[in-house]
Amino acid sequence: MGEVSLLINGIYVKAPVGSTLLEATRLLDLEIPTLCHHPDLKPEGHCRLCVVEIGEWPHTRLVNSCTYPVEKGLNVQTHSDKVLEARRLVLELLLARTPKAELIQKSAAALGVTESRFKTEDPEELCILCGLCVRTCREIVGVSAISMSSRAPDKQVATPFKEPSEVCIGCGSCAFVCPNNVIPYTEKNGIRTIWGQDFELVACSACGSYIAPLAQLEYWARLTGDPVERYLVCRNCR
Amino acid sequence: MPIIESVDHLTEYRRQVRARRDPNQLQVLVCGGPGCLPLGSEPLAEAFQAEMAAKGLEGKVLLKTTGCHGLCSHGVRVLIRPKEITYQKVTPEDVPEIVETTLINQGLVERLLYQDPHSQAPCPHKGDIPFYQSQNPLVLRKLDIIDPESLDDYLAFGGYRTLRKILFQMTPEQVIEAVEKSGLRGRGGGGFASGRKWRLCRNAPGDVKFVICNGDEGDPGAFMDRAIMEGDPHAVIEGMIVGAYAIGALRGYIYVRHEYPLAVKRLQKALEQVREFGFLGTKILRSNFSFDIKISQGAGAFVCGEETALIASIEGKIGEPMPRPPYPVQAGLFGLPTVINNVETLANVPEIINMGPEWFAAMGTDNSKGTKVFSLVGAVNNTGLVEVPMGTTLRQIIFDLGGGIIDNRDFKAVQTGGPSGGCIPSQFLDLPVDYDSLQQVGSIMGSGGMIVMDSHNCMVDVARYFISFLMEESCGKCTPCREGLKQLLAILGDITNGQGEESQLALMEELCRTMAAASLCGLGQSAANPVLSTLKYFREEYEKHIRDKKCPALVCRQLLTFTIDPNECTSCLACVRECPVGAISGPKKEPQVIDQEICIKCGLCRDACQFEAVVVE
Repeated sequence: MGEVSLLINGIYVKAPVGSTLLEATRLLDLEIPTLCHHPDLKPEGHCRLCVVEIGEWPHTRLVNSCTYPVEKGLNVQTHSDKVLEARRLVLELLLARTPKAELIQKSAAALGVTESRFKTEDPEELCILCGLCVRTCREIVGVSAISMSSRAPDKQVATPFKEPSEVCIGCGSCAFVCPNNVIPYTEKNGIRTIWGQDFELVACSACGSYIAPLAQLEYWARLTGDPVERYLVCRNCR
Repeated sequence: MPIIESVDHLTEYRRQVRARRDPNQLQVLVCGGPGCLPLGSEPLAEAFQAEMAAKGLEGKVLLKTTGCHGLCSHGVRVLIRPKEITYQKVTPEDVPEIVETTLINQGLVERLLYQDPHSQAPCPHKGDIPFYQSQNPLVLRKLDIIDPESLDDYLAFGGYRTLRKILFQMTPEQVIEAVEKSGLRGRGGGGFASGRKWRLCRNAPGDVKFVICNGDEGDPGAFMDRAIMEGDPHAVIEGMIVGAYAIGALRGYIYVRHEYPLAVKRLQKALEQVREFGFLGTKILRSNFSFDIKISQGAGAFVCGEETALIASIEGKIGEPMPRPPYPVQAGLFGLPTVINNVETLANVPEIINMGPEWFAAMGTDNSKGTKVFSLVGAVNNTGLVEVPMGTTLRQIIFDLGGGIIDNRDFKAVQTGGPSGGCIPSQFLDLPVDYDSLQQVGSIMGSGGMIVMDSHNCMVDVARYFISFLMEESCGKCTPCREGLKQLLAILGDITNGQGEESQLALMEELCRTMAAASLCGLGQSAANPVLSTLKYFREEYEKHIRDKKCPALVCRQLLTFTIDPNECTSCLACVRECPVGAISGPKKEPQVIDQEICIKCGLCRDACQFEAVVVE
């Protein structure tokens, strides 16, 4: 794979062909804030916090660095006035949406935004609609038990028709990846509850500690073609 | 075996169709366009059928229900050819008189003629009506003549002539060159050069490519694409065949919204016909080119008109846009190179090939060639579909074609380009309309919506309406658009409710700047236009709402004060009976008084008063 050189904040950088501007800026150790980016997931450009300014003045424009591919000779500004104005305003909007979300408070404070001039609809809201949970369920787990439902302003993450999903395996990856811990998730007496559904946890046949929901182990067995018994022993005892 | 086997066979077939037709045949053409259909095109056509049968005219007079005749405010319209007599607001009751007077005795039914609003002179023929005089229809020219469900009609008017030219006389390269030379730009919004788009897709690596017709017209008040798909579906299909040949596509999709059932039906029928005739399928007319088209129905989300959201919708995914690059021409439908053209763009293509790019480029302005269809709606006398050369001024469109403002009120603004367009004030009435000029004054061409507003429209309320539409339709994927529109609507709601603060104007401008710069797709990037343009040209109206708590156009209810003029009040007590909250009282046989503390500003008292004694400020 070849490399292209581009100009980031006036510095020539070589980056692999096919990499994104975000990856290229991280080669330079530049701090670009992101909310919806995860190295293991396909970037989709939800949050717009990673925007950078590209092109030659006066024909510059903002693009999201998490999806924009490196181009030969491209002039990139990662912390220009235009970029910072956009990032601050995006955070101000998110701060109004989720005033209690620590991640947003911290990210906003890092750019000098401590208060929002906008109205808060629901002070208890914590979800920033970054879509990490939905993408994890689809791309990593491979079951698509949850998805975005409705459009703005009612957009939310939900199971189909907000009923217990038939394909959910109760793995909890969505809750694990959520940066704001919004997804209700409890474990009690060998029962895991997530998305309004109870999953019976399987205890290791050797040591007795809980491994995962039966649905998840069966899903693994289906994926690998192994007999499910293989997964009834925890990894430590295997 | 297809009905038509070769291009020579097509020419021969067309000759036969034409030979069977008498150009002087008396024809009754009933408008079945989107405006007239709900007014009763069908019962009217049935009435004609019955009356003509009763008078023994069957077989002598040809009756057709056609596509849109354009002047929708005066529907149902009937065109009688070959003399091109037009009747307006025709009902089944008028039919016997028309049949007797015009069809049998060649006279005119005066009361059904269009009257010039200025001279009051009746206009018997289509060419006498100013609305039609200033138009130069190219895409709409067949709409009031052909039966949309008849392929023979389309062929008689030169349809599918491009097949001989492109398949046997031109290379794909030459087709692209012709479209490039014509200067055709996308009619759906962005105005991207169509030829360039085709070239990019042709040059994109890959053997499987797609051409998509974007028929997801969702702007409030716009029905250009609908009228074309319903009235001349074959023109769209022919344009797609040319496009597919040029880029090397095997498969095409027409994306139509489910709310356009007639368009879907007509397109389906047209596709069946052309498949039967052999204009679609494998080795079309014995050439080496194979192509077929499928219809994909959308569920009516406005955002699905955006290219990448449209692709997601056809793929069966949630209709959310994806960041670009990659552009659809590189990686579109199912990750393969795809050209997406708007309905009107494609309908322009056959004529460009037939008449030559120079002919097309002779119309229009330096950077915007050809004509543009607008749906002219709002406070004008003549509402409907118009098609004018690019560069026609707003004044010509609104005052010459549109017949001026209703009740001779003052023109205030015109909103172009759909909900995310800007409001253009009267100082730009002489602006020649093209892609670039509209952008310079803070609006967009969009798909061609044109909403005229007069002194009865409050510009703050107009901005609030469009922002509320866009907020509902925003897919909510990216933060600036989803949260930004919500906050803009909240601020505009405050201002129209009298709770606005002056600092909010600057905040809105700041928010709009970021939405335009940082949103993911065209919807969010242009969503701020209604606010930015009204703030720029009608700032004093915002200030009056905020500072004086007054709505100069008397639209924003919370800012109105209803009082009773004691000199006009006859103490009839009609208002007292109507008032739902009992806010109006007074001694018997004396002028009544509205208690401002109780009044909920519903306006029922004003409607009830026959003496215009209720004053609104």
